[in-house]
Amino acid sequence: MGFKALGLDCFPAEDSAEAGKILRTLTRESDEEYAIIYIEETFAEQLKGEINKFKDSPSPAIILIPGREGSTGQGLQALKAAVERAVGTNILGD
Amino acid sequence: MAGTTIIPTRMVLNQLKGRLRTARRGHKLLKDKRDELMRQFMDVVKLNKQLRTRVEEGLTEAFASLQVASSIMSPEMLEQALLYPRQSVELDMKFKNIMSVNVPVYSFTTKNNDPTEIYPYGFAQTSGELDDALEHMAKVFEDMLELAQVEKTMQLLAEEIEKTRRRVNALEYVMIPDLESNIKYITMKLEENENATKVRLLKVKEMVLQEAHNYK
Repeated sequence: MGFKALGLDCFPAEDSAEAGKILRTLTRESDEEYAIIYIEETFAEQLKGEINKFKDSPSPAIILIPGREGSTGQGLQALKAAVERAVGTNILGD
Repeated sequence: MAGTTIIPTRMVLNQLKGRLRTARRGHKLLKDKRDELMRQFMDVVKLNKQLRTRVEEGLTEAFASLQVASSIMSPEMLEQALLYPRQSVELDMKFKNIMSVNVPVYSFTTKNNDPTEIYPYGFAQTSGELDDALEHMAKVFEDMLELAQVEKTMQLLAEEIEKTRRRVNALEYVMIPDLESNIKYITMKLEENENATKVRLLKVKEMVLQEAHNYK
């Protein structure tokens, strides 16, 4: 909610189904209007498929941020996945 | 190439040799590309890791202070205070070319340049904790923007590296060995033909000599 004060557009969602609906509208219907979409990690868990679809296209960037409950480590997980994809193995060592 | 028949002629041999040269060259170039991409990728990954930890810490802090603010103020008041933003952000996206991968570069402009202008409310009816929360958010937002850029770059680079790696491997383990074995096959076939011709000539010469001198 605080992000609204910074001038970002906020779309509150109750659960991941609603978040998914919003995500679809943002990515499909509003034609490239949003270049970066921040989504809470707790919602992202269920929306992995949707999010992965945009991994290889330059826009929009969908970035996971920790929610109110704190970080679940999913963001770092995504980083590891990318490394694994590029190198073939996990070379970060953790 | 198993399955396809190749005609053992000099022309095909020359063609194959040309292809092998191109394949070797391509292989070398792609290998260089892969190595360079990998180097860039590692830098990006390192940066991403740092930024992510910073953003996650910053956000946790911001949410915590927002939580404090919302427990001091009534929810209606809080909502009202944040209802109409004074600040607005314009995001500009350009593309930068890293080793033929187009990665986005974001630059954002805020409508109000004064950093103290982020508070969309009067100070009389809101608590100081809300100011704190917003300040935290404003601070972390810059990192978040950079994180978005770095993370997208990382994903795009990862994809490109994967592709390049496959190409390098295909050239190294399939294309080049195949071409080499085909070339070897043709050279051997041609040598065999040459030998056969030589033997035939010797035989003919012998027969001609026999005919001319009439000896057995």
